[in-house]
Formats: sequence, C-alpha cells, structure tokens
Amino acid sequence: MADFETPELKEYPVIPHIEVGTMAHSKPFVAKEQFQEPLGFPGELVDNWQQVAYDKMEELTGKYRSLAVFLDSCVKCGACTDKCHYYLGTSDPKNMPVARQDLFRKVYRRKFTFAGKYFPKLVGAVDLTEDVLNDWYSYFHQCSQCRRCSVYCPYGIDTAEISMAAREVMDSIGVGQKYCNEIIAKVYKIGNNLGLPQPALLDTLEGLEEDIEDDTGVTVRLPLDVKGADVLVVTPSADFFAEPHVDGLMGYAKVFHESGISWTLSSHASEAANFGMFIGSYENMRKVALRIREAALDLGVKRIIFGECGHAWRVAYNFLNTLAGPFDFLDPKYPVPMHIMEFTHDLIQRDALTLDKSANDDMVLTYHDSCNVARASRMGPKPGGQFILPREVIKASCNHFYDMPQDTIHDATYCCGGGGGLLTDDLMELRVKGALPRMEALKHVVENHGVTHMAAICAICKSQFAKVMPYYGFQMDSIVSVHQLVSNAIVLGNKQ
Amino acid sequence: MPFLTIVYAVLFYAATALMVVGLASKIRQYAKTPAPLKIPTTPAPVTRSGVVMRMFRELVFFESLFRSNKWIWLFGWLFHYGMFLVLARHLRYFTDPVWTWVDLIQPFGMYAAFAMSAGLLGLWARRFFVDRVRYISSLSDHLMLALLFSIAGTGLMMDYVTHTDIVAVKEFFRGLMYFNWQPIPEDPVLLVHLGLVATLMIIFPISKLLHAPGVFFSPTRNQVDNPREKRHLSAWAAELEK
Ligand code: HEM
Ligand code: SF4
Ligand code: SF4
Repeated sequence: MADFETPELKEYPVIPHIEVGTMAHSKPFVAKEQFQEPLGFPGELVDNWQQVAYDKMEELTGKYRSLAVFLDSCVKCGACTDKCHYYLGTSDPKNMPVARQDLFRKVYRRKFTFAGKYFPKLVGAVDLTEDVLNDWYSYFHQCSQCRRCSVYCPYGIDTAEISMAAREVMDSIGVGQKYCNEIIAKVYKIGNNLGLPQPALLDTLEGLEEDIEDDTGVTVRLPLDVKGADVLVVTPSADFFAEPHVDGLMGYAKVFHESGISWTLSSHASEAANFGMFIGSYENMRKVALRIREAALDLGVKRIIFGECGHAWRVAYNFLNTLAGPFDFLDPKYPVPMHIMEFTHDLIQRDALTLDKSANDDMVLTYHDSCNVARASRMGPKPGGQFILPREVIKASCNHFYDMPQDTIHDATYCCGGGGGLLTDDLMELRVKGALPRMEALKHVVENHGVTHMAAICAICKSQFAKVMPYYGFQMDSIVSVHQLVSNAIVLGNKQ
Repeated sequence: MPFLTIVYAVLFYAATALMVVGLASKIRQYAKTPAPLKIPTTPAPVTRSGVVMRMFRELVFFESLFRSNKWIWLFGWLFHYGMFLVLARHLRYFTDPVWTWVDLIQPFGMYAAFAMSAGLLGLWARRFFVDRVRYISSLSDHLMLALLFSIAGTGLMMDYVTHTDIVAVKEFFRGLMYFNWQPIPEDPVLLVHLGLVATLMIIFPISKLLHAPGVFFSPTRNQVDNPREKRHLSAWAAELEK
C-alpha cells in the first residue's frame, strides 16, 4: 500500500526502545508564497532568518506565560516520554514530548539563558542552525497538539504550546506548512476549509434534504443563511460531503427538526475548524473566529451551536469568547457557544426525542474520545461532562456499547494520529504510525466484545480513521459519527 | 578573623543574594507575562477553590506524576519530601531558641536524609538504565543529581562518620544573620558540604530548579475552567480590538 511498514498490533501495548532518526525524513510540503501572504507571512525564507527567528522567540516568550514557564521548568524527569502516540508508533526519540520541546528549548537556552550562553555544552544549548531548523520543520509537524503529554507532566507542560510557538516562528521567517496555510487562505477567501462557495453549499444541502425525504418520507430542512433563525450552527465543512461526517450533519438536522427550534447554517462562517490554532497564530485565529461573530450578527440569531469537531470545539469552547466576544447580543440563557452534543443530550434528558435503539442493532459500538474535546474543553456544567454526554447520547441511540481500555479513554485518550494540521497525504506514514495506540485499543474491544464500529465527534478523527483503519485491517466504514447513530435511531414526527 | 571564615561568609552572602534576586526576577517575569488564552488541561476545576485543591494535590502528592509513572513518582516523592524534612530540620542552625516543631521533627530528619538519598539514586539510575531517559539527559541533569547527592552524602557523613562541632556551625550562621561574624569550624567535610549548598543556591535561578516557582504559574494547571462564563482577555490581545 505504501513505502513504509504498518506497525504490528500487539496483544498488549509495549513501550518501544528508541530508534534514532526513524522519522527524520517526514516533512509536509512547504507553503508557497500565495499561501503565506494572505496570512501575513513572508513568502520565502527571509535573508536574516536566524535573527528574525530569535526576535520572534523573544516576542512569544513575552506574550505567552505558558511558553516562558514551560521552557524553564522541565526537569527531564522522563514521565512524558512514553505518552505520545507518535513516539509509540514510530520509536523515534524526537517524538517523545520532552525531546520535541528540547528542539525549541535548546535554542531558547542558547540565546536567552545564562547557562546556555556561557555553558552551552553543559545544558545542550545550540544555535538555530539550518540542521536545527530542519529538525524543527520535521518534528513540530509530528505533533498533533493533542495535549496527552500535558496530562502526565508533573507541571502540566503542554508540548502543543511549544509546537504552536515553533510553527509561528517558522511562519515568521517564511517556512510555513502548505496544508494549514492554504486552508486558512481559503477560509479568508471563501469561508470554509474546502473552498465550497455559497451556491455549491446550497446545492449540497438541498441534496441532503432530498436524501432524508427519500429515506424517511419526512421533509427535514437544512437551511442556509436564513435571517432571524434562533440558532446558528457552525460545523466543520467536511460535514457537508465527507463520509461519515455527512451522516452526522443529517443527524443534527433531524434533531433540530424534532426540537422545533429554527436554525441555520451560514455561508460566511461555513467552517467550525480554526486552523489558526494549529499554526499558533493568535491574529489568524482571531480573524477566522470573527467570521462567526459577523455571521451571528448578520443573521440575527440568538444562539450559536457547534457541530462535531474536536480542535474546533477547543477554539470554540475555550477561545471564542476571548477572540470574538463578548456575545452579549445573544440570548444569555444559553452558554456561548454550545456543542451539538449538549443540545441533543438536553433534549434526550427532557424526553423530547423518540429514539429507537434497535435501528443501530447491526452495530456494536465503542467511542473514541477526541483529544481536544477530552483535554481542552468541557460539555455541560460539570468537569468531565465531555466524557459523559457523548456516551449518554450514544447509549440512548443504540443497544450495544463497550468502552475501550481505561488508559486509552477519557483524558488518557490517544489522538487519532491526524490532528493539529497533520491530516494531509504528504504525512501518510506519520498518520498511519501515529494511529497505532488507538488501533491497539480498538483491537482489544473488537476481540473481547465483538465491537464492529467506533463512533467519534471530530471531523479530523473521522477522516483520519476512514483513511488509516484499512492499513490495520479494519473496514474504512467502521468509523461513524455520533449523530449518525442519533440519525438512525430518531423517529421523526413522533413528538409533534 | 580566619581566612576561611571570610571566604565562607562572603560566599553565603553572595549565594543568598543571587538566589533571592534571581528567583524574584524570574517570579516577576512569570507573573507579568500574560496568559492570553484559557488552556487548562481538562477536566479542570470550574472554581478558584477547585484550582487551589488541584494545585495542592500536585504539590503534596505529585498527582499527575503518580498517574504517569510509579517509579519516578516513588523516587521523586521520597527525594523531595525527604529533602523538605531535612531542610526543616536544618532550621535549628538558624533559630535560637529552636522552634518546638523543629525540635520535634529532629528524629524523622535522620530517616529523611536516607529517603532523600535513596530517591536521588533511583532517579539517577533511571538516567542510565532507561533508554528514553538516557536520551533526554544532558550533562547538567547528571551534575544536578550529583550535586544534590553529594550534599546529602556529606551531610550524612557528618552525622555518622566525622562529627562536626555543630554548636560552632550554629554560631557561624547566626553570626552571619546578625552581622557578628564567628569562626567557621575548619572541618573538611563541613566545608565541602557548605560549599556545595552555596553552589546549589547560586544555580537555583538559572537552572531547571526553576520548576519550583514554575509549577505555581503553569496555566494548564492553575486556570479555572470558565471561558464561557467569563471573558478572558489579556492586555496585548485587547490592543488588537482597537
Ligand atoms: C514547589 C516545590 C517543588 C515541587 C512541587 C517539585 C516537584 C518536582 C517533581 C514533580 C519532579 C519530577 C519528579 C522527579 O524527578 O522527582 C521534580 C524533579 C526535580 N526536583 Fe523538584 N520540586 C520542588 C522543589 C524542588 C527544590 C527546592 C529542589 C532542589 C533544591 C528540587 C530539585 C529537583 C531535581 C534536581 C529534580 C530532577 C530529578 C531528576 O534529575 O530526575 N525540586 N521536582
Ligand atoms: S514530564 Fe514534564 S518535566 Fe518531565 S520530562 Fe516531560 S515535560 Fe519535562
Ligand atoms: S501534544 Fe500530543 S502529539 Fe504533541 S507531543 Fe504531546 S502527546 Fe505528542
């Protein structure tokens, strides 16, 4: 299938011994000028790039306390070394979170600390040479910003913060990553990651309405740009056409239909994902986020609800209020924003939906906690609601559900292997290998409980699994959307 | 005044000054640097008092480390809490009359020194025997453990092998505190012990020992999970809105 070997699924997970340099060749395509400039970055490597990079590092350590504290505080205890799925899948020691941080830290030390300036050998400090920059480009694009390392570090050091900073420094000297930057440029131009313009979107949504009608005999609307609707739904653009995402979107539509609450999608903010986070750029993240505010104001909605997407939910839940708030023009009765899971869960709690669980009897399900939902957000009023709500919605929609092993779910969950701006074909080897720990956990429940399908609530997870599962001998359609299960189970028209 | 007394007196004044000034400036830097975004590692407490509890569990039990790796946790906890007791026990050289609680912990202090040393050796062994930890260790990581272990070792030597005149040691330190210098006992083991301690104090603010103040400032641990309820905006981010 490809020019690398898919790792073998073992009976019990083992921590591999280090194999230096196994992934040094892994590098995503570099962004060309036309994708750099709309984001405000130089089109190619600037002449005095070293100095520009140092200045940027200094700026960032002054702007982000996380960075300043994390760079100083690591004691090299090693607790995080076996926590990253990319290390477990590749054995490359530079994929150990602390070693990844050290690529940045060793330059920080050299330029900005007493020990690194005067005793560089002692603390392993080096200048930002071309080789080091190469390593940065390679290994800071082998971090999906999943934050698993931060759970286990005694100081909560989050390698994602370092990766974001490193990517921002690289962008500032003209070495950006094509996949992320091209997508952000598309959002600025068209409104979503896929570059779907308004007419195409309208067409797609009409098609979906027909599908639902053919299937159920009920007219369920998927409205676009409807002024005066109660709810603006912002969902990842993959929901408009990719499998199994689109089944989830039809699920949201049916839930809204049943709730009787009017809703609309927006062509201006037709994208929940905010790739500005992946490249660590506050300014770009803000610009993307502001589109949602503009759409909400323009359409005059009362609430904003996000569809199934992991990193998007992090930006929405944790950052939206900061980036694009205050949302005092929305109905204060509801949190801003809400997750579709909170919405559906609430309806189920109030017995406002009729769900026929047997509609999903052809599946035995498990659930993959998406990394950024699990470790960088919440649902509902209580800490940990992000683990409970999706499971309750799944269990309300099907009869057969089993969790994967404890050390691979909830906040210990493994990333799918494609998050953080790595969901691109030029990183296929990394994506396959990075999925190893999740695939091992899945194999466990497949063998012990006869699990046939895994549900997820993230556009990246769904695309990633659909692509890499076949490498491990699973069917590509064994990944499903949570709202797909709801969609299958929901009995329309019952409560009206 | 004996030459050695002058050297050690100056050394300890300088070490104290460097440590205090260095730490204060680092703490000021951390406090002044904004955290523009909400990034607590979730599930996170939704109230301030919940955060205080979370930090308490991290500091006292090393909660995250416990989930992470039982060996590092065991050795690390023995070392830190051993060291904590040992340090507390040392207060008897600085207080007169000695505070009651310092008197009470004296017997435990002895075990603590062994616990601390055992912890250090365990941590050090990992740097040799676990390939992942060997890979991330630089010379300074080994030297730090060597330094701490030598401090503990020379300390234990004075307890068990070559007894030092601790009354004179106390007079020397109280003399430093009240600017009324007294001679330091010229016992080689003591001089090495104190020289290493001064070294540790000097490197404190310029080494990874900054994790001690750092842990209090880590946004992933000390932020309240309430971004939807309360708008969080840093000064430089507010500038962008103008
Ligand atoms: C707020 C107080 C402190 C906390 C919460 C704390 C916590 C920790 C933790 C969790 C570790 C990682 C586990 C381990 O290797 O032990 C660590 C490592 C370490 N700590 Fe602390 N620490 C504190 C203060 C100190 C102080 C005052 C010193 C020294 C004077 C110190 C010296 C060290 C050293 C040398 C290591 C690295 C051990 C190694 O090489 O493996 N710590 N600390
Ligand atoms: S767990 Fe934290 S302190 Fe320990 S090596 Fe990893 S990043 Fe450093
Ligand atoms: S954030 Fe995730 S991908 Fe990045 S180093 Fe940590 S565990 Fe690995």
